[in-house]
Amino acid sequence: MTLAGQASVIARKDLVIEVRGRHALGTLLPFAATVLIAFGFAFGPGRDVLDRVAPGLLWMAVLFSAVIASRRAYQVETEDGALEGLLLAPIDKAAVFLGKAAAVTLELLALVLAVLVLVVLLFDLSVTSPLLMIAAFVLGVVGLAAVGSLFGVVAESARTREAIFPMLVLPLVAPVLISGVRATDLAASGRSSEVLSWLGLLAAFDVVFLSVGVLVFGYLLED
Amino acid sequence: MAATAERALGKAISRNGERTLGIAALAALAVSAVLSLVVAPPDAVQGEVQRIMYVHVPAAWLAYLSFFVVFVASIAYLKTKKTRWDRVAAASAEIGVLFTALAIALGMLWGKPVWGTWWTWDPRLTTTAVLLLIYVGYLAVRRITDNPSRRATWAAVVGIVGFVDVPIVHLSVVWWRSLHQGPTVLRLGAPEIEGTMLLALLCGVAAFTITYAYLMTLRLRVGRLEEREAREALSPIVEVER
Repeated sequence: MTLAGQASVIARKDLVIEVRGRHALGTLLPFAATVLIAFGFAFGPGRDVLDRVAPGLLWMAVLFSAVIASRRAYQVETEDGALEGLLLAPIDKAAVFLGKAAAVTLELLALVLAVLVLVVLLFDLSVTSPLLMIAAFVLGVVGLAAVGSLFGVVAESARTREAIFPMLVLPLVAPVLISGVRATDLAASGRSSEVLSWLGLLAAFDVVFLSVGVLVFGYLLED
Repeated sequence: MAATAERALGKAISRNGERTLGIAALAALAVSAVLSLVVAPPDAVQGEVQRIMYVHVPAAWLAYLSFFVVFVASIAYLKTKKTRWDRVAAASAEIGVLFTALAIALGMLWGKPVWGTWWTWDPRLTTTAVLLLIYVGYLAVRRITDNPSRRATWAAVVGIVGFVDVPIVHLSVVWWRSLHQGPTVLRLGAPEIEGTMLLALLCGVAAFTITYAYLMTLRLRVGRLEEREAREALSPIVEVER
């Protein structure tokens, strides 16, 4: 089986678990909504400030959710010696990384759509160029999922030190946050020509972290 | 017997080398202090406060040097699995975090009188702050587990990923800044740097680099001792038999 084939098996397995457990829908969505409401309290009720920061709020909610989703992706492996099973399975270790990242990406994209609706309703975000905005979400979420899936396996072993995982991931994904917010902001106001360079940066981040992940993930899993 | 003598000789040489490095570092720092505080003239525009540059720039240089060493040592560890490389990476990361924090603190002290603010979201400042956070995370990851090989592997991956991330962070911050209004403060720009000023700066960089080498030898020795202690604590019977 090819690497992509193996990865898609892992991704399908994770998605089936998520669909049956309703974790993304049952936990992540209420969590993201709570974050948005909290930001509303922090920056509201004046419309002018909320309008300006709406793209940032959206990405903050997605960022926090990505941290939870990535940790969750490895939490499901701790039961019944599933991680040992993955280690012993005759597949490339990089496929585990890519599969996890793909599953987290899809979960987060579903979440982003819901969060986007909330942000449009609550903070009046205008969607002038929907295609560019979707491109920004896809590219940004892939980057978040790549970093999260790479270090999620570390987070799972650090359950007594919960803060380490977000502490590690949040600075690393600073470029995703910056580019994602700028691209969303520009796409919202219809300045589509300027969006492209930010999308390029997001794509570069994705390529770099997916390749580094493929190269080093085996070490993390085996040790 | 021969092995014991050899080990004793090796230790004496390394302790001597360590002391020599320490003395060299101290002397270089003293020379650099004289050059930057006495010999170099005060800045035409900023006056005396500009002298912070002679420690700020070397500290920033050490920050990047240390993290580059962490990067190289991390790759070497994953390739060879030799604990020596892990000790080098750990030692360099600790020194790097110290000097990154120092560079930021000195930059703030310099920025307040010159720019009128402790902090601006300048690309270099912001990148350095993110750098500090990444390597504080690196040190935190080292404390997750007591299993030495697992700790070394995890840390090595963070050491590689963190360094690869820095150019992307910098690029994104540069673009981000260009969309906002720049700070309306006095910038150094690219001024003609006076001869003695350049000399003081280069001497500062050299002095800090020697200090880095000295701190590395100290930290590496402590690292070796820590490892030996852990080994001995784990296997008292083996030690008695030896």
